[in-house]
Amino acid sequence: MDIKNNVFVYCEITEEGLVADIGLELLSKGRKLANELCVQLEAIVLGNNLKNIDKQLFPYGVDVINIAEDERLFPYMTLPHFEVITHLLKKKQPEILLLGASSVGRDLAPRIASHLRCGLTADCTALEIGTHTENKTGKVYQNLLYQIRPAFGGNIIATIINPETRPQMATVREGVMKREIYQADFKGIVEEIAVDQCLSDKDVLVKMVKREIEKHHINIKNASIIVAGGYGMGSKENFHQLFDFADLVGGEVGATRAAVDAGFTEPGRQIGQTGITVRPKLYFAFGISGAIQHLSGMEESSKIISVNIDPNAPINSIADYTIVGNVNDVLPLMMNALQN
Amino acid sequence: MSLKIAVLIKQVPDTRNVGKDAMKEDGTINRAALPAIFNPEDLNALEMALHIKDIIPDSQVIVLTMGPARATEILKEALYRGADRGILISDKYFAGSDTLATSYALSLAVKKLGKIDLVFAGRQAIDGDTAQVGPQIAEKLNMPQITYAEKVVEISIQHIVIQRRIERGTETVKVSLPCLITVHSSAPLCRFKNAKRVLKFKKITTAEEHTSNNNSSIEVWNAAFLEANMDYLGLSGSPTKVKKIENVVFSKKENVSIAPTQPEVDLLFKELIDSHIL
Repeated sequence: MDIKNNVFVYCEITEEGLVADIGLELLSKGRKLANELCVQLEAIVLGNNLKNIDKQLFPYGVDVINIAEDERLFPYMTLPHFEVITHLLKKKQPEILLLGASSVGRDLAPRIASHLRCGLTADCTALEIGTHTENKTGKVYQNLLYQIRPAFGGNIIATIINPETRPQMATVREGVMKREIYQADFKGIVEEIAVDQCLSDKDVLVKMVKREIEKHHINIKNASIIVAGGYGMGSKENFHQLFDFADLVGGEVGATRAAVDAGFTEPGRQIGQTGITVRPKLYFAFGISGAIQHLSGMEESSKIISVNIDPNAPINSIADYTIVGNVNDVLPLMMNALQN
Repeated sequence: MSLKIAVLIKQVPDTRNVGKDAMKEDGTINRAALPAIFNPEDLNALEMALHIKDIIPDSQVIVLTMGPARATEILKEALYRGADRGILISDKYFAGSDTLATSYALSLAVKKLGKIDLVFAGRQAIDGDTAQVGPQIAEKLNMPQITYAEKVVEISIQHIVIQRRIERGTETVKVSLPCLITVHSSAPLCRFKNAKRVLKFKKITTAEEHTSNNNSSIEVWNAAFLEANMDYLGLSGSPTKVKKIENVVFSKKENVSIAPTQPEVDLLFKELIDSHIL
């Protein structure tokens, strides 16, 4: 079995000791890339007390789980994870390494890329395998990872490649890739990483003093109905009416970056390129003009209803129904309609 | 006792306020239509550095930016707000740098400053939103990194305690100096320009001289001065290549217009319920 040049996915561990959704989403994508490249899929899991992680991971088609268990590896701290992973990567020479574009992945990935002097693309919205011909030299590169991402505030989409350096590294935000079981009874192998060979005192320079992590995790990604508000809601008070409406329709409340920046609601509800990507069956857009960075995070919604004072708001072009009017006038009409 | 603090800042096009004329017909960006601004989170980073200088008054705050001559605008703005010294890192050889090549050039510049206690940067710049350059510089300087910082809990000559903002809450970490810190938008906003400082620095010009603590000019450092390995700069030092750029196009949908009246809204909801969408 060739252990080199495989596709690797770094799997974050949640407070509950499970692999986070983003890791499972990346494994689903990684399995497809590995199949296309005819290589294996390997997971990297670092933490403490990782029981039954293999049962959670194997159905996603993971050939090799590289696991490290040590009290210095949970909660996540940059240097211990960085040291263990760079040790592993130097040994295994991956072709591709995917990480979540979370506060963990975005902290860890650039430090690894700098150390290995390899290319890294942040916040990819699509990953594909393709070829590239260098214009100047005529050199042809087969089986490159196309790292597709929005740039310039989401106004353009760029395809990035790393022709010469390995691994080809990319981060992806939660919800962008779909989580798909590959084979329920799939079995791979587990390889333990010798943590003590990787870590020394200099890797624990940073000490955790206090952690305040909320138990409740807003789950807009899996909501089938989303009630989203934009800057056009006008105020925090107006925005909060959306929670009442969401309760009535059985949905979750989402927001645009502008609404979050204005302090109308918490960042965990942000939908779009720098937030979460959603695909509900029904999407209410209240006072959302439709910046590209928002639209690309919700355009795959089955039905979109837009309420906006501006008939020319860009969101109307992708909406199924548009109501031109003040959100504060239309929202009570909708509440009435539901209560009847 | 005092601290020597570097703050890495960037001038960026204001992508948050992209108007209709910001994109050209061919799908490329009309940079002229976008105002160039001080990257927002770099202002939070500058404030955190100035806050530490308030606590340990003899400290020195040095702002560095990599960019064209025009980027001196934000160096001056940082001086107006309280920074002590501004350095422009500028050379044609830096053009086309990706985050790795950028972090190489900036890490050389920080090393040129001599013994440094703290390096601050914004978490990310709004033109790329990558959040990569900070951690990459930390690795090159062999310093621990604290990302997503929102509050200085404690500072001394030996160590710093930082509260960082992550998805589901906060973490408070303690680290010995030196270290690199990237600052989140939830950190305090930057103080305003000081009128006396504006008068003092308004006429300041750039100079190719490399004297330290020069209050009368903004220093310009080039690749030769940084003794950079040319293979690590610009396009040749950038492992990522742009293969293709496309304009974002959303497929338009057939759209039903509903009047903002009770009967029409009732009808819409009846339809949604009848078709089991709601």
